[in-house]
Amino acid sequence: MASIEAKTGPMTHSRLPQRGLSRHARLALVWLALAAVPFVVPNAYWISLANLALINLVLIASLNLLMGYGGQISLAHAGFFGLGAYASGILNVRYGVPPWAGLPAAAVVAGLGALLIGIPALRLRGHYLAMATLGWNAILVVFFTQLVGFTGGPNGLLGVEPFSIFGHALDTEAKAFPLAWAVAFFVMLAISNLLASRIGRSIRAVATNELGAQSLGIDSFRTKLAVFVLSAGMAGIAGSLYVHINQYASPETFGIAPSIMLLVMVAIGGAGTFYGPMLGALIYTAVPQILLDYEDAELMLFGLGLLVVLILFPRGLAGIPAALTGLVRRRRA
Amino acid sequence: MNTPRRTDDLLEVENLTCRFAGVTAVDDLSFRVKAGEIKAVIGPNGAGKSTLFNMIAGVTRPTDGTIKFDGARIDRLPTHARARRGIARTFQNLQIFREMSVLENVMVGRHLRGRTTTLSGLLHLPSVGAEERAMEAAAMALLERFGLAAKAHAPAGSLAFGQMKVLELARALASEPRLLLLDEPAAGLPHAEADKMAETIRDLNRDGMTVLLVEHNMRMVMSLSHDILVLNNGRRIAEGTAEDVRRHPEVLSAYLGEEAADA
Amino acid sequence: MQTTTALLQVLSSGIGTGAVYALVALGFNVVFKSTGAMNFAQGEWVVMGGMVTALLIGTFSSVGLAVVAAVVLVGVVGLLSERLTVQPLKRPDALVITLVTIGLSIVSRSLVMLVLGKKPVGYAGFSGNTALSFGGVSIQSQTLWIIAITLAFLVVMHAFFERTILGKALRAAAADREAAAIVGVNVGSTVLLSFGIAALAGALAGAIVTPLTLASYDQGAIFGFKGFSAAMLGGLGSLPGAVVGGLALGLLEAFGSFYISSDFKDAIAFAVLLLILFVRPSGLLGRADIVKV
Repeated sequence: MASIEAKTGPMTHSRLPQRGLSRHARLALVWLALAAVPFVVPNAYWISLANLALINLVLIASLNLLMGYGGQISLAHAGFFGLGAYASGILNVRYGVPPWAGLPAAAVVAGLGALLIGIPALRLRGHYLAMATLGWNAILVVFFTQLVGFTGGPNGLLGVEPFSIFGHALDTEAKAFPLAWAVAFFVMLAISNLLASRIGRSIRAVATNELGAQSLGIDSFRTKLAVFVLSAGMAGIAGSLYVHINQYASPETFGIAPSIMLLVMVAIGGAGTFYGPMLGALIYTAVPQILLDYEDAELMLFGLGLLVVLILFPRGLAGIPAALTGLVRRRRA
Repeated sequence: MNTPRRTDDLLEVENLTCRFAGVTAVDDLSFRVKAGEIKAVIGPNGAGKSTLFNMIAGVTRPTDGTIKFDGARIDRLPTHARARRGIARTFQNLQIFREMSVLENVMVGRHLRGRTTTLSGLLHLPSVGAEERAMEAAAMALLERFGLAAKAHAPAGSLAFGQMKVLELARALASEPRLLLLDEPAAGLPHAEADKMAETIRDLNRDGMTVLLVEHNMRMVMSLSHDILVLNNGRRIAEGTAEDVRRHPEVLSAYLGEEAADA
Repeated sequence: MQTTTALLQVLSSGIGTGAVYALVALGFNVVFKSTGAMNFAQGEWVVMGGMVTALLIGTFSSVGLAVVAAVVLVGVVGLLSERLTVQPLKRPDALVITLVTIGLSIVSRSLVMLVLGKKPVGYAGFSGNTALSFGGVSIQSQTLWIIAITLAFLVVMHAFFERTILGKALRAAAADREAAAIVGVNVGSTVLLSFGIAALAGALAGAIVTPLTLASYDQGAIFGFKGFSAAMLGGLGSLPGAVVGGLALGLLEAFGSFYISSDFKDAIAFAVLLLILFVRPSGLLGRADIVKV
């Protein structure tokens, strides 16, 4: 009896016995399948969408780590994405730092940005992180827009170099794909690893029952701060990828509206499910393309879709199979 | 237990006072818990038992006085730091991780015995896998001891109330504490399960565990405790063995009188 | 003397803007109190208030009637929104309700755009576009209307929460849902009521500010954000906090853009907001609930 429960549990990452493949093998298989994307899509435009989807995946998966597993809401995720993009981009454009060095720098800068706001905000009970990060993102956008000498202001940061391997520039969509693919893989792997350790368990424990977690020796403040900083650092990595693949960045990409949308995508994909963010990233990338034809009704359709998913599938799209099997099991029983 | 047996006091409470907005919940209270004993705190409703318990566990900050654990002051430490020193607790109103499995609950309880850091966890260094297997084995052993092994993979929230209480106890023990604080371990349990809980606590104590418990179930307290502290209005009115306490006139009027009136 | 005049000028416009923010913050706080959620739809109701008033002025030929009708209509929209999207939720925790209000804000915005159009609309102030002069300080009459109407609304709200059974029930449910439910308060209906009041307050803010700023379908996010900032500045969930926070934010913006730069107007306001969060995390009037570390 107990083992049936375990198999259908929504949290794929847990240490519960799983049918068939280990979590590493499963992730590797999914990524092998993704490797085929550039070979099966019709043209470079599609590959550019695939790259964007992979960057979005890093963003949504890292926000899911914070929100779905850590129980904290950040409304500055796009801001941290921007911190990473501008850190890496400015280092490159203004100081000639190669993108490969910019990538870790982006993670550090975004992480520091999170540390700064996380220390005061996470000492408070309730949703103060959500509140504080909303203000933080607003301030970041003002900086991105007004510090024209560094960021290029509203016109954007121009002349960003692409990544290069042994002097060979990854300057087309097809060449950049393997990089985005690999980075997204390593981020997903790291998240999966963390969740399968005592740290991952403590993150979930603090989110589920803070008092209980503290009584077992878990420092809830440090746990929350660590997962917040880590999640922002990953957004910074996404930012570095974005700026060097697009070779451009401008402030509106990193505003509050995209921060809110990322939050929504975590929920739609399925907060607290490991593969939910893949659905979220897919929808986030595809919906604007699909709804392009509807022009004015686009927003309305999107908003209605969002409400329908939230009301009917509170565990997100990734939770549907579990909900269905649960239903079937109840019928049989 | 790998900690050295000590014959002196494990927990020392000195002149502890707690006031909330003019109400003195605990008033200049001093007492000790000897290593290896089962000590109970009883008293009528509103006597200050819960406040005292919360001050020892680190949930409520004392207005005045000191608490020493193993000779060192802990009254200013946050909850998690006290757990780190070796104090584990259960809750009167259960605080389990409902969405996590029964096994995972106990594994979280073993958190303090792990060494994995955020970085080593992200990288999944070989030590992490070994630690996970060891934690799972230790947690499973505890579940078997407490008769919950069959439910190991069920969500903790799906357990019956009595099982949740047992799970909380197992989770608290997973860290291998030196002092176990039990907040009404028998509350809400039917007779048979309460008796079983008492038996479990006695077994733990026989293996060397020091226990401080707050409990309403007089039968359990009297049969289990080596030493009983009776509170009324935040002050000590009696302290001693079950026999001493039972005969104490103030206790009879303050507490047993109430019990008799209830019955 | 020149500087004193300028100072008073800035002061009056700051108070006018602040009063509008206070109304939006009040709506935000009422929903926050009853659900614990951040209401992202709050700003859309402000826009609706302005745009519907503009639409109705033609039919009613009286500004007063148009404002009242628009505010009531948007209040009904608030009630409907709650019944259609929040009430059906199986597990209505703060996070899910917050996400639902994001969906609600998107739908509301596009509805306004599709039904009322993309063009910014406006109408004359309640006493025409006149300005009054007080010893060299020129104040627009609409600013005075804004201050007076906001004050009146606050008095009504205060009486509602302190004197009426419904208001008391709402406060009780906000303080402790379970306890309120035990003593017979219908917690579900208090959530409904809070959405109604929030929409009412937002619409009123929109209706009275539109003569000064025009109303356009895409302004909701800004209004919502300002109201939210004011609420946080004053202390989340507190009625006096909304007023103090609104006024503080309005004045900050007015003086910030006057003395420093209007480019950084928003940044100044946010920076002060964050500073307050660092120093007094629960806001100016909020009660501290700091986790012991």
